[in-house]
Amino acid sequence: MAYETFTVDIDSDGIALLTIDLPGKSMNVWDAALMREFGQFVDEFCDNDDIKGLVITSGKKSGFIAGADLTMLAGGSVSGDAASTMKDNFENSFTLNRMFRKLETSGRTAKELTKGTAHAKPVAAAVNGLALGGGLELVLACHYRVAADNPKIQLGTPEVQVGLLPGAGGTQRTMRLAGIQNAAMLNTQGKPIDPNTAKAQGIIQEVVPADEIVQKAKDWVKANPKTSQPWDKKGFKIPGGGGAMDPRSVQFFMAANAMGQRETNHNYPAVQYILSCLYEGSIVPFDTAIRIESKYFTKLLTDPQAQNMIRTLFVNKQAADKGEQRPKGVPDTPLKKIGVLGAGMMGAGIAYVTAKAGAEVVLLDRELDYAEKGKAYSIKLVEKGVSRGKLAKEKGDELLARITPTTDYNDLADVDLIIEAVFEDPGIKADVIKKTEAVIGKDIVFASNTSTIPITNLAKNSERPDQFIGVHFFSPVDKMPLVEIIVGEQSGDKALAASLDYVRLIKKTPIVVKDARGFYVNGVVMPYLNEAMLMVKEGVNPALIENAAKFLSMPVGPLALTDETSLELGYRIMDSARQEEGDDYQPTGVEEFLDHMVNDLGRLGRKSGGGFYQYPENGEKFLWPDLAEHYPHAADQPSLEEAKERILFAQLIPASKCFADGIVPDPQSADIGAIFGFGFAPWTGGPMSHIDTMGVDIFVQRADALAQKYGARFAPPQLFRDLAASGKSLYEKAA
Amino acid sequence: MTEAYVYDALRTPRGKGKSDGSLHEITPVELASQTLAGIRERNNIHDEIEDVAFGCVMPVGELGAVVTRTAVLTAGYPQTTSGIQVNRFCASGLEAVNIAAAKVKSGEADLAIGGGVEHMSRVPMGADGGAWATDPAAAFSTYFVPQGISADLIATKYGFSRDDCDAYAVESQKRAAKSWSENRFEKSIMPVKDVIGEVVLDHDETVRGEADMQSLAALKPSFAAMGAQYGFDAVALQRYGELENINHVHHAGNSSGIVDGSAAVLIGNEEAGQKLGKKPRARIKAMASIGSEPTIMLTGPEFAAEKVLARAGMTKSDIDLWELNEAFAAVVLRFMQALDIDHSEINVNGGAIAMGHPLGATGAMILGTMVDELERSGKETALVTLCIGAGMGTATIIERVN
Repeated sequence: MAYETFTVDIDSDGIALLTIDLPGKSMNVWDAALMREFGQFVDEFCDNDDIKGLVITSGKKSGFIAGADLTMLAGGSVSGDAASTMKDNFENSFTLNRMFRKLETSGRTAKELTKGTAHAKPVAAAVNGLALGGGLELVLACHYRVAADNPKIQLGTPEVQVGLLPGAGGTQRTMRLAGIQNAAMLNTQGKPIDPNTAKAQGIIQEVVPADEIVQKAKDWVKANPKTSQPWDKKGFKIPGGGGAMDPRSVQFFMAANAMGQRETNHNYPAVQYILSCLYEGSIVPFDTAIRIESKYFTKLLTDPQAQNMIRTLFVNKQAADKGEQRPKGVPDTPLKKIGVLGAGMMGAGIAYVTAKAGAEVVLLDRELDYAEKGKAYSIKLVEKGVSRGKLAKEKGDELLARITPTTDYNDLADVDLIIEAVFEDPGIKADVIKKTEAVIGKDIVFASNTSTIPITNLAKNSERPDQFIGVHFFSPVDKMPLVEIIVGEQSGDKALAASLDYVRLIKKTPIVVKDARGFYVNGVVMPYLNEAMLMVKEGVNPALIENAAKFLSMPVGPLALTDETSLELGYRIMDSARQEEGDDYQPTGVEEFLDHMVNDLGRLGRKSGGGFYQYPENGEKFLWPDLAEHYPHAADQPSLEEAKERILFAQLIPASKCFADGIVPDPQSADIGAIFGFGFAPWTGGPMSHIDTMGVDIFVQRADALAQKYGARFAPPQLFRDLAASGKSLYEKAA
Repeated sequence: MTEAYVYDALRTPRGKGKSDGSLHEITPVELASQTLAGIRERNNIHDEIEDVAFGCVMPVGELGAVVTRTAVLTAGYPQTTSGIQVNRFCASGLEAVNIAAAKVKSGEADLAIGGGVEHMSRVPMGADGGAWATDPAAAFSTYFVPQGISADLIATKYGFSRDDCDAYAVESQKRAAKSWSENRFEKSIMPVKDVIGEVVLDHDETVRGEADMQSLAALKPSFAAMGAQYGFDAVALQRYGELENINHVHHAGNSSGIVDGSAAVLIGNEEAGQKLGKKPRARIKAMASIGSEPTIMLTGPEFAAEKVLARAGMTKSDIDLWELNEAFAAVVLRFMQALDIDHSEINVNGGAIAMGHPLGATGAMILGTMVDELERSGKETALVTLCIGAGMGTATIIERVN
């Protein structure tokens, strides 16, 4: 039989070598074609007596199999076919499990194999490179597993990261090979392991040089003409314990269940389902266990949550990373040397990520001391990386050699792009723009990292406003994955293309937003943090506010975040806005509160002796006990659910306003920006996905109810009312 | 409805629940058997007992296979006496008494025994496994945390400090020691004998009347590490978001002791007593069980007490003596706070912090203690209750008859 997704060569001993090599793809993935053909081959393998054994490998240098085709899974089905009933969905989800089970049993029953009245034909995997998700699960279904001796090879089941579980026997075979605890780590955390670790755990039997993997696999197949998996042998026991009812496992599950709840806050059902697959699967026979696994998988896959996560965290993020918003037809921007203006906290971070990406950096500040201090930040990060073994000493030295601190504008003469990150003062910025444009090439794009000054205003200082654009980083620059590209009124395609090329170079995720106060991310974060302060002012117990956010799986509570960014900064921004805007200033309701906290109580923030929290030198932070004296707890406290809804909508509403006002162009960007910009509850797939999942009409209803209760700021934008009336979702409208 | 009377109550002393405890060498069945034999002999019983209900929280291994029926037979009852094993966690012993009383009240039986047994040194806590804590589907949906975390959660939520809990524990030890020195338990205590008929234990083995605030202060909190490392504190906070963290105040000295022991209570209608020539000592006035929030778990007695009072048509002021099992100091402190009960009216002879908590037997033991105390003090009514795993409460009101 001829196949398109792999080749099959049968040698003189009757041993087939199946080499997976998806046509036209850089990486093997489980797509509909491979699944169909592999199933056909498994049937042929079982039926054809001339085939005595099998070795499976990959024809791609990029690895073995990278997992399932996520675009296909985003549709909520394994085979790509939509099923109407849960039972049909289960049958779809069970496809790989059925196929792999047949592969490892040669179609014999567990009873026959256990009794020894039948045997399976030997199957070995020759793993040349990364095997993730369904890729590793195929490897596990082989009787013998040989991997190339390369510590960079990733073996793992990362499904949990998109809200799924390894649904092709992964939970069951990792547990039966490596024990419950290793299986739980691998599957609930989704972090891959290297071949030697996998060997130590019993997941891989042999680690050999890359050019020997196929031969070693063949040798084993030839030497073992009749075989079966350990779990199809009599007396099989799960390594390290006899299943979930073993006293050792009882302790483990008690702790794992609590830790699972601590990590997920009940927002990611995949973690519980993985633990359930292990618990239940350890008690029942293998054939029952994989059906249970596929049932839990089906539950996750058919839930909008996993689809939202796959869509935002992978499909749309990858599209954004590849420069989906980049204007077509503009030639690639050469980015060999970048001028970074201002060596403060942001400039220093930008210099580091740029040099790390391989570009030369001219790091300019008005005093050489400042510029050197900016470079010192990179030195610190490099030393940390080297000491932790994450960065080779030479690579680190090369990185640092690429950063040249200076005070001389003439050093910018041959840069390919300017990133400006000087003090947030229009006067200073105007001066820097003028001095820079005097020396740089006429076609060089000038990107400003301003966070508070409109780009269109700054561009007035530029002689080439069409080459002027905003590139807004988040702090700390080396950790935060998002960059907002701010298109001013006159910013042209060249500026947009160059800034997107740059963001791609430094491997961050861009969203393209309009020039409005706070842009998108801060346009959502500021009202959210204000809402938390309003709650404190009203007498809501601060612990409840913080917990409400944490239980939504926000990375930190809003009061802790305010402490980080500092109340003092919040006060200054508010105060300057109030002065600048005069009569146009729209009060937020926290003006007096901030004034009192900062100026009367001296609670400036984390770095200035504490804000909402106290920060003891040797210990965990705790809420400032005296806060209750100044803002006593009200007798009537909201329930946890009420607090959570208020905290959630305090983010959903400003995000929806930004979308309605066109500050973000589409729901995709709004979702990516919120999750990667400020850690908005990733399990939702982003605020727009979440609104779609709850239903736009429900969102409008709840927002109206909250507006009634807490104030007009919660009222939903008209666009959402219209959408609710039309019955369409945000993503449908955008499509 | 037929009245159910308590005719007799006895218990073993409680032995330290470790391998060096005095009762460790006595088999669990023998421990149960001796209380049943004691009741039989003291009351000159032949074949009058129609059913025996015994609480047992770890009914596996040596305590498996309906330990009650085995003990009924080894205690020399006729084969016609049936036995049932009851599990309502820590209130099993009281529930078994309530079942015996219910059988009498309903007319199913004229004379029955309720009681319990636990041999924690030989069949340790957790020996029965169970889905609640381990099955992820169950643990996640119930926000399971171990009882010690729940007790610390109660202390945190209701504002009981380490000192409050320790002071309560010191008083419990003092009261238990005083009660023993005044022979207040003498009507009910039945020394345990070994295979050659020698007494191995005739007093509660864990009472430490000399315990004071200083000695307790030296003890480390028992549940802090578990709460932090395994994430149980986080799970508790997910239910109680108003708290910033859990204040771990409980330790071995202000929590109930792990002990071995057994108890039995003879319950019958009026005629059954007359046939035996026995006078009723107390009347089972009302019984109730409730379910409450399972994560904080141990606040059930408050609601069980309210329910049983309502069923009895009584109010709080009608109760002369309160007896709440001292599972953890904060459990009793919260009960006193919720119902506004003075410490002088509750657990007057000390409790499980001093004398230990043999899980399946405790309920029957403290009910017997109240029967004795009502007679000793001349008071009329007592309310007996226990907090229960997974968020439940069971309560019984008794009235002195003589």
